Amino acid sequence: MDTDTIAAISTPIGEGAIAIVRLSGEEAVAITSELFDGKELKEVESHTIHYGKIIDPETNEVAEEVMVTVMRGPKTFTREDVVEINCHGGLASVNRLLNIVLSKGARLAEPGEFTKRAFLNGRIDLSQAEAVMDLIRAKTDKAMNVALKQMDGRLSKLIQKLRQELLETVAHVEVNIDYPEYDDVEEMSHDMMMTKTKEVYKEIERLLQMAQQGKILREGLATAIIGRPNVGKSSLLNALVHENKAIVTDIPGTTRDVIEEYVNVRGVPLRLVDTAGIRETEDIVEKIGVEKSRQVLKESDLVLLLLNYGEELTEEDINLFKAVEGLEVIVIVNKTDLEQKIDLDQVKELAKDHGLVTTTLVEEKGIDELESAIADTFFAGELDAGDLTYISNVRHIQLLKQSLTALEEAMNGMEQGMPIDLVQIDVTRTWELLGEIVGDTVHESLIDQLFSQFCLGK
Amino acid sequence: MTYDAGNYDVIVIGAGHAGCEAAIASAKRGAKTLMLTLNLDMVAFMPCNPSVGGPAKGVVVREIDALGGVMGKVIDKTYIQMRMLNTGKGPAVRALRAQADKPLYIQEMKNILENQENLTLRQGMVEKLIVEDGECKGVITETKAAYRAKSVIITTGTFMRGRVIIGDLSYESGPNNQRASVKLSEHLEELGFDLVRFKTGTPPRVNSHTVDYSKTEIQPGDERPSHFSYETKEAILDQIPCWLTYTNEFTHKIIDDNLGLSAMYSGMIKGTGPRYCPSIEDKVVRFHDKPRHQIFLEPEGRDTEEVYVQGLSTSLPEFVQRDMLRTIPGLEEAEIMRAGYAIEYDSVVPTQLWPTLEVKNIPGLFTAGQINGTSGYEEAAGQGLIAGVNAAASALDIEKLILDRSQAYIGVLIDDLVTKGTNEPYRLLTSRAEYRLLLRHDNADIRLTDTGYKLGLISEERYQSYTEKNQQVEKEKKRLEKVVLKPADELQEMITNNGGTPLKDAVKAADLLKRPEMTYELVAQFTPAEATLDPEVKEQVEIQIKYQGYIDKSNQQVDKMKKMEDKKIPDNIDYDAIGGLATEARQKLKEVRPLSVGQASRISGVNPADVSILLVYIEQGKIAKVE
Repeated sequence: MDTDTIAAISTPIGEGAIAIVRLSGEEAVAITSELFDGKELKEVESHTIHYGKIIDPETNEVAEEVMVTVMRGPKTFTREDVVEINCHGGLASVNRLLNIVLSKGARLAEPGEFTKRAFLNGRIDLSQAEAVMDLIRAKTDKAMNVALKQMDGRLSKLIQKLRQELLETVAHVEVNIDYPEYDDVEEMSHDMMMTKTKEVYKEIERLLQMAQQGKILREGLATAIIGRPNVGKSSLLNALVHENKAIVTDIPGTTRDVIEEYVNVRGVPLRLVDTAGIRETEDIVEKIGVEKSRQVLKESDLVLLLLNYGEELTEEDINLFKAVEGLEVIVIVNKTDLEQKIDLDQVKELAKDHGLVTTTLVEEKGIDELESAIADTFFAGELDAGDLTYISNVRHIQLLKQSLTALEEAMNGMEQGMPIDLVQIDVTRTWELLGEIVGDTVHESLIDQLFSQFCLGK
Repeated sequence: MTYDAGNYDVIVIGAGHAGCEAAIASAKRGAKTLMLTLNLDMVAFMPCNPSVGGPAKGVVVREIDALGGVMGKVIDKTYIQMRMLNTGKGPAVRALRAQADKPLYIQEMKNILENQENLTLRQGMVEKLIVEDGECKGVITETKAAYRAKSVIITTGTFMRGRVIIGDLSYESGPNNQRASVKLSEHLEELGFDLVRFKTGTPPRVNSHTVDYSKTEIQPGDERPSHFSYETKEAILDQIPCWLTYTNEFTHKIIDDNLGLSAMYSGMIKGTGPRYCPSIEDKVVRFHDKPRHQIFLEPEGRDTEEVYVQGLSTSLPEFVQRDMLRTIPGLEEAEIMRAGYAIEYDSVVPTQLWPTLEVKNIPGLFTAGQINGTSGYEEAAGQGLIAGVNAAASALDIEKLILDRSQAYIGVLIDDLVTKGTNEPYRLLTSRAEYRLLLRHDNADIRLTDTGYKLGLISEERYQSYTEKNQQVEKEKKRLEKVVLKPADELQEMITNNGGTPLKDAVKAADLLKRPEMTYELVAQFTPAEATLDPEVKEQVEIQIKYQGYIDKSNQQVDKMKKMEDKKIPDNIDYDAIGGLATEARQKLKEVRPLSVGQASRISGVNPADVSILLVYIEQGKIAKVE
């Protein structure tokens, strides 16, 4: 069977304080050991757990504090060597960890692959075979659906565009080869090929940077909670996190805990900006003015703007609305347990098309409505596979990285003066890799392109 | 009433390019072989262009030669011009193409057939197969001769229910006004074959005396011709040129004005034509902005004045063909000797075949060549050889041959056909091969001679000379990997003279050869081989060292592919019993019945999840057996 080492996140994403990245295969221990600052894992006994740090090989900095469990085959789930790395449960941590592991030679597991290996290695008995097949089917279909559904429309278009450019380039080389006497097209030169390759390389690099800056699918939406002092920002944070990590009091300015929280709201991963940030945003408009605060809030993908049901709208509230103009905003009117003083018609007018929810956060009322509003804002409907969202995205990042490598090899080949038909092998490879992202790998399309682009006869 | 006309191991129906290779391969393997053809004066006839080879196709001819086939030898003896194409590109895409002397080619091939041991030639039209207990046991001709055999190969090309069309004229015919084979086609339908209608075409031929070549560009052959066969030693130096001219706006206007009369556009033609070989009316319609199209004037032989007007394939009426020619520089006065025509014919949907080219539902029956939906002499010949080898194997109960996609273009061709089928006449293109760097013109012998020898297709003498060459290559490669060249003045001068940067340190000869500006000859000046080496050996050493990085990469991909090819699917597998397969995948798998998981994964409509499920299911069967 396959002998390569696979890795995946084996805990639900964004739910739970601890997440686990699991590796299985011949190289599982060696790969982890290379990244691990702690005991030499290659020498530890099987089925033992070890504290240490994972070092990011790109920066040589500590990426995560972890606990690593080493389990050698055959007494493991897959009967291969298995390593489980326990880290903090936040999306960013586990995501980063998985990426580091993948960069060291592990391959992202296909849906259901751990179970498949367990079966093929004889770990699961015959009666379960049917279930294994069902699982593969279900997981694969789900992953594919989710990957396609959630892929940003612009990303998909951009990749299609890059693929088309590569396809035209490849078809050009092919026509030179298969129809050497065809005179209507100039011979593809190294210069032409280099220019095209560099263009595409730059585009993919940019995509990758975007992905790594932590845009939507990867790290979650950067979410800011703003509002006047004591309007319930910490309560909101707690309600979303379902844990008491921030300190909640009635006294303005008592939010002290400085953390970032990742939560999974109905499939939408949110990165809630730190509570210290909330503290600052409450004074932000006063301190630096509307324009400046707009600049600060511009980084947010989503703003949750809180108002107090029990107080009249103030100048400060109005300024907050001005500061968030043009951003994705959900307006929350909190503290409906108090006597109404706020003018709801005026709020509706200010909120324009944005979502508007009323809550009593201390009594956990209105949270469901808020969560629906968040989900609606981004997916315009239900979505039930938050973890797969994220995994398919790691797959995209891996494929983009492989595309860059293939293009680098093409450029190296050109620099070494290799014939264009050899250089083209790597360009075609790039085209195929990008095709895997958008779910299109049919080889026939090259031949179709050939005959639609050129009038061929001999 | 039929009469008993004799018993054979293998019967080949048809004597075109597929039939000839099939009959010879079968006879060489020791099978008592009968070849039946409509007209013994027309064996290996070229009804279309008078040329053999070209990109991908030329490599196929080399592969046929390495497997003991005859196409390469015959063209090497009968060419009027030889050209190596793509010399400015990498070694993977270099390709040889010959202009053939058509009448001479027929004569030479007939001579070989007549002198082949174990092979009987007979003229006759087959109308029926003898099928007993679901197996093919022989054939019956229109003269009521019943020949019995253990295997039968059908290589009837475009003859099956062939129909020639010129303008509004249409009549039942094989190519070049030979008799069409109608009853056999009907018989195959009765036997349950799935047939499709394809179409191809050919241009007019003109009299050379009426061509004004001064208005055209000369296209000469190579000064030093290369050859297809590894056995050819003597070159034909007296070559005949081809000539290049162009259509123009006047030609296109005539086509536009008469488009309604073209059988292609009037709706008379129902068959699907090939995109890579469009008629001139197709080119003008689809690429209307293109101001001119190339026309190559190709002599049909040394002792004939007929000239093939390559690029002007058409089904327009004869008078329109004449009017078109009058607008083309050099052809204003040209006299048509034969008009161009389109031909429609029945072909077999190739997914009905195993990769051995045996028909799945009728053991003992094989089909090869254009009948399988391909086009081109070389594609036909390649299939013919494989069918011949396997029909003999089936008759004599000896080893079969399936070439995989990393071994040969023939492997790519047959795998594509039987796995994916084709919805237009199939032509090989280099882009169809994912490992084309491994499938080179220069290394066909290294890829296939061993196989040919084991199957009894290659002579002892030929095998010895191949082994010797291969040993020399390996030895010389090893030597260059060891020899260290110091940056002496002479060497530095040679490097700079050839546009390279001087050496900083001593370097291995092999590493120096890897530089783009270096050749084997240049490097060997400074470290001559012990023995004098054949140019083919030097070429091989150079290519293998220079492109080693890419070759290694391709080999890694092949290893991956092979892992999946090695996962065999048991022939009694019941796809209906596998839960979780998608409906489309299940249906396709039942139709194609792939031999391996690798082949299954190439079927369109079978996605990775289906492949995983298939793997698990097969493993489950294995575990069940152990328990």
